[in-house]
Amino acid sequence: MSEGASRVLTYREAVREALSLELENDPDVFVMGEDIGQYGGVFKVTDGLLARFGPLRILDTPISEAAFVGAAVGAAMTGKRPVVELMFMDFALVAADQLLNQAAKMQFLSGDQFRVPLTIRTQQGVGSGTAAQHSQSLEALFMHLPGFAVALPSSPADAKGLLASAIRADHPTIVIEHKALYGTKGEVPEGIYRTPFGQAALRRPGSDVTIASYSRTVHVALAAAETLAAEGIEAEVIDLRTLVPLDYDTVLDSVGRTGRLVVAHEGHRNAGAGAEIAARVSELAWHALRAPVRRVCGLDIPVPYAAPLEAAWLPSSEAIARGVRESLGSATSPQAA
Amino acid sequence: METHVADLGAVELATYTSLLGIRGFEEHAQDLFSRSLIRGSTHLGIGQEAVAVGARLASRPGDLVVPTYRGHAYALAWGMTFDAAFGELLGRVTGCNSGRGGSKHFADREKGVLPGNAIVAAGLPIGCGTALADRLVGRDRVTIVPFGDGATNQAAFHEALNLAAIWSLPVVFLCENNLYGEMTPLHRTVRIERLADRGAAYGMPGVQADGMDVNAVASVLSEAVERARPGGGPTLVEALTYRFCGHMPGDTEPYRTREEVDEWRARDPITSQRKAARRAGVGESEIRDLETAVAAALDAAEAAAIAAPPPEIADIGLGATEWMEWER
Repeated sequence: MSEGASRVLTYREAVREALSLELENDPDVFVMGEDIGQYGGVFKVTDGLLARFGPLRILDTPISEAAFVGAAVGAAMTGKRPVVELMFMDFALVAADQLLNQAAKMQFLSGDQFRVPLTIRTQQGVGSGTAAQHSQSLEALFMHLPGFAVALPSSPADAKGLLASAIRADHPTIVIEHKALYGTKGEVPEGIYRTPFGQAALRRPGSDVTIASYSRTVHVALAAAETLAAEGIEAEVIDLRTLVPLDYDTVLDSVGRTGRLVVAHEGHRNAGAGAEIAARVSELAWHALRAPVRRVCGLDIPVPYAAPLEAAWLPSSEAIARGVRESLGSATSPQAA
Repeated sequence: METHVADLGAVELATYTSLLGIRGFEEHAQDLFSRSLIRGSTHLGIGQEAVAVGARLASRPGDLVVPTYRGHAYALAWGMTFDAAFGELLGRVTGCNSGRGGSKHFADREKGVLPGNAIVAAGLPIGCGTALADRLVGRDRVTIVPFGDGATNQAAFHEALNLAAIWSLPVVFLCENNLYGEMTPLHRTVRIERLADRGAAYGMPGVQADGMDVNAVASVLSEAVERARPGGGPTLVEALTYRFCGHMPGDTEPYRTREEVDEWRARDPITSQRKAARRAGVGESEIRDLETAVAAALDAAEAAAIAAPPPEIADIGLGATEWMEWER
């Protein structure tokens, strides 16, 4: 689908374009959430959609996450393709039963009688002082419990393409945007295209170490790779793009060449996505590893408010570079010796 | 509406058949559980059958039901076969959910039965959603969402009533008030006398029905269903009912007296409906023949389920999405 023209859009505009195209394409698609219609969404992602598609396609809901997520589950079970905007990822916990006990399980527990083609769109991450209840990265919850496919786009092109794939999927999906990325710009192909789930993207080739990341931290990792290049260290940066399914082939191929892996993400380290990736790579590529897998993550405390504390909480490019240097400085494992 | 006497007999007999089949199925379930043939637990509604059958009588073919874990009666009232029901109870490949759900989650897509829900108020938002889908596509269908009195204290109940009210969704909320939220008396968990009064808080009618009387339930629900269908909005119906059995097998029932149970048993909807059929002119021998036939059908379905194979382990991924990993 790459023959179409592309132009520069913001991440926000790219998400909106995916929604518009899918709304045009399929009358069963509808969008609902808090303040998404008349107001256009607190991040203005859905701005203009109400005027264009009307109140039967763009539904403003009460602040009632259990009700409207549950309603989306019911609508999806009976033939619609709802796209729900959860204003903040943190609010998923208000609707946790509908997401994780209901949507995630209906197809299985019904013996494949009912499918749930539900898309949850939300945003997470540390942005500008939104503190402990509006900054969390909760992707690991959706990775841990089987049922949702999980995407975390880092670029405008992926924000559009992954959302389009999610809406077409016959299963629950959650597309987790990043609040600090909405204004970022990038080339976005025109028209409908669907970025497949389970295909990581190589953002920077390198031979010395692999950095696996996703969402905004990909950009932080790329900055770290620049710093490291000046020191003569060539880091390969992989953007996982989706955590469920996760493209282990690309990670393992890279680790097979570099022998070293650093996983970087904003979510907490303890039982986070990096823990699972480290475990899998250790199981599947132990002999290729020349150093322990390292994780550079958000701290295992709630996100603080004050600017210097918030900055210290985040995995910085310097922290990622330090993780890489430690990986390169590590003793060779006995197996690889 | 005039009903011919002979027709009335047939109608009352059909209602009796439905009630009898549900009661018989659940008595079989008690027995199967005591023989350790049912895994986990099984939550029976013996005594409450008139509510489910009344709901079916008040609805049209194609209308949906979103039951709870105490949902056998709704699945059967909506037309699920005994074979599919016993199969699921026993975890057999012949079960309605192919053995993936068990007693709590009976589902029958063809018949309009959404999976029974083991989270007490979770079905209410889901029922809003099926109703919303129907509203968005202009489908002439109503969703009935039964739930227990205990569910009225869960947040999802309140959120769902509000959402259904503001969008005038074609849904009927059917509270089966059996006086106990699991093992705790209702009067210890709410401060109001009538749960139906909670409808007013959301701008919808709240009405009570005698849940031991199938025709009373059907009459109250018909009004609610036919208000919902053309866009008149939701109703909260509170059916006053009682379960003769415990909340679950092994429930020691310290929360109620034998006298209280006996008082309610005197109003057994099965016995009442048998009398109604007789009053409508159905002969005693015809009723006996029917009872024999229902008992035989239940025995045959139970035997078939016991003989049926469990699901193949190789098929453990049935209903898993393409994203899930089920190979070791």
